[in-house]
Amino acid sequence: MLTRREALFGAAIGAAAVAAMPAFSTTAAQANIGTLARERIKLVAPPFVHPHDQVAKGAPKIIEFTMTIEEKPVVIDADGTTLNAMTYNGSVPGPLMVVHQDDYVELTLINPDTNTLAHNIDFHAATGALGGGELTLVNPGEQVTLRFKATRTGTFVYHCAPGGSMIPWHVVSGMSGAIMVLPRDGLKDDKGKPVKYDSIFYIGENDFYIPRDEKGNFKSYETAGDGYDDVIKVMRGLIPTHVVFNGKAGSLTGDNAMKAKVGETVLIVHSQANRDTRPHLIGGHGDYVWEEGKFANPPAKDLETWFIRGGSAGAALYTFLQPGVYAYVNHNLIEAVELGATAHFMVEGEWNDDLMTQVEAPKPVATN
Amino acid sequence: MPLHIPRFASVAMAAAVIPVGLSMQAVGDRGGDRQPYSAAPPAAMTVSLLPGSIVYPMPGEFLKDGRPQRNPRLSRQFNKPLEIMTYQVSAADYADCVAAGGCQPPQEARAIPDDAPVTGVSYLDANAYARWYSEATGDHWRLPSDEEWAFAAAERFTGEFEGVEDDADNPARRWLTSYKAEVALNRRPDPLPRSRGSFGVNSRGLADLSGNVWEWTSTCYVRATLAADGIGVASSIDNCGVHVVEGFHRTYMSNFVSDGKSGGCAVGTPPDNLGFRLVRDRPGWAKRILSRLGLI
Repeated sequence: MLTRREALFGAAIGAAAVAAMPAFSTTAAQANIGTLARERIKLVAPPFVHPHDQVAKGAPKIIEFTMTIEEKPVVIDADGTTLNAMTYNGSVPGPLMVVHQDDYVELTLINPDTNTLAHNIDFHAATGALGGGELTLVNPGEQVTLRFKATRTGTFVYHCAPGGSMIPWHVVSGMSGAIMVLPRDGLKDDKGKPVKYDSIFYIGENDFYIPRDEKGNFKSYETAGDGYDDVIKVMRGLIPTHVVFNGKAGSLTGDNAMKAKVGETVLIVHSQANRDTRPHLIGGHGDYVWEEGKFANPPAKDLETWFIRGGSAGAALYTFLQPGVYAYVNHNLIEAVELGATAHFMVEGEWNDDLMTQVEAPKPVATN
Repeated sequence: MPLHIPRFASVAMAAAVIPVGLSMQAVGDRGGDRQPYSAAPPAAMTVSLLPGSIVYPMPGEFLKDGRPQRNPRLSRQFNKPLEIMTYQVSAADYADCVAAGGCQPPQEARAIPDDAPVTGVSYLDANAYARWYSEATGDHWRLPSDEEWAFAAAERFTGEFEGVEDDADNPARRWLTSYKAEVALNRRPDPLPRSRGSFGVNSRGLADLSGNVWEWTSTCYVRATLAADGIGVASSIDNCGVHVVEGFHRTYMSNFVSDGKSGGCAVGTPPDNLGFRLVRDRPGWAKRILSRLGLI
């Protein structure tokens, strides 16, 4: 009988044989690859995004990224509940990658031998080979490099997909992120007029399924594999124990609240690799929202709440008009308040009385 | 009910005593005229505080000209001794009340030490315990009022997070500064209750104040409009469905809430846990004082 560890590796080795076939990456139509300029990007942890041009400069390039997979316990709420996380580049969610249409994304994915599981990456932005998943399965101690052409514009999820139950398990253990493929001439409003953002935040939303002991307390496990059976049982119930932004309840509040100023335009990219969600900016709106995240479609205007389908990423552009502390939530308010899906924006600036004013402060109800 | 907020200690006495008297009646004066239970629970350790005074920010929300104000500071004089539990009521103490049928089980599933403070208890639970414990011991026990708590907490008392900026043209400035003030405290959540005494003793000999268990008081939430002089109260509304909770910072919770994380504190750091300690009244003594002041 196989041990858990052997079983996990066994599954990995079968699929790894596919990855060993080099034929795919050396076939036709790549004559010009050697002539393209290369640019190396250093990824940064969410909610921040690496520096990038909104309008592309020059011809398509090969954009090189490196991501190192890290399996590690992470605390996901204020009570110290621990998830045996699997991460792209050490963060949950993985970093947002930004390129332009017709650029080539060249990712080196490293699985250090300190990890215990095989991993890969499926880019929803990529075409073929299960989004690259077939070509990128790496065991602990291996690395792989994949190149794909960013043919379609928009925000797209990427996630780990190492086969069978491993797929949802790795995803709800934190292995997802997003890539944004911008039109070469930048974003446009519904009338085709260029729009720009002053700052960008990437909010990855995760649903977690942490098993409980007989008293109802969350359990912790020495390794991810030790918790596998229990976690799968909770996952099958489809009711998450945690729904959080940026990997942890409260990770985008307080000290880590996002900052903006009145008059600034912010692009909020929101991804959910597994489950539907409905972002809402309390006291604000979505001026232009690409609900499905695909920039070839005109953005919807003046949205109150937008729907992000599980397995997709969307983008909302908003110019702050009023100062204050804003809550950005998943407007299933149970998930926002009880399960963790709340972030804050601190917005500085001058108050606009015309937009809102308290005509009369609370006082006792008038009686005769 | 209009309420005058006096400026000086000598006048403050009357205002200080009135809410205490009200809360005593609310709990019910069960004093010494009841037969104690045959198997009385162990007597709680208490500290008797000598009369003294504090400068005290009143709890609640205060408006003037329709704008939020800093909570008025009052000099409060306590002219009688205050006898208050040294420790918060423990999980084991509370379990006695549950076993005797006087209390609902706490909403607490975590493994915590028996001698840790009871947590997962609402205002209603705390009052049920006070009732049961009074009957069981034959003494009169009740929750402290907010000002009694502040007096007993001494240097451990913090009070409100208040927005420091008061800008008539920009209400957001206050929201932002109070949010930042809370962030600046840099207090990380500390969820698991610990054994009694883990948070040390204050200058008055009370243990575990302002640790990771917040404490219910008998004081109702109030919203008051200050008079033009900024001292008197023009009008006020009590909401006794919400009570003042004291600890590392002051907050306000609905009576039925037993988990601090789910009530109050819309933004920022909510209480880690909710618990309580009690005050013992000596009715004869209190009545003598009150009658001397002509209040009863």
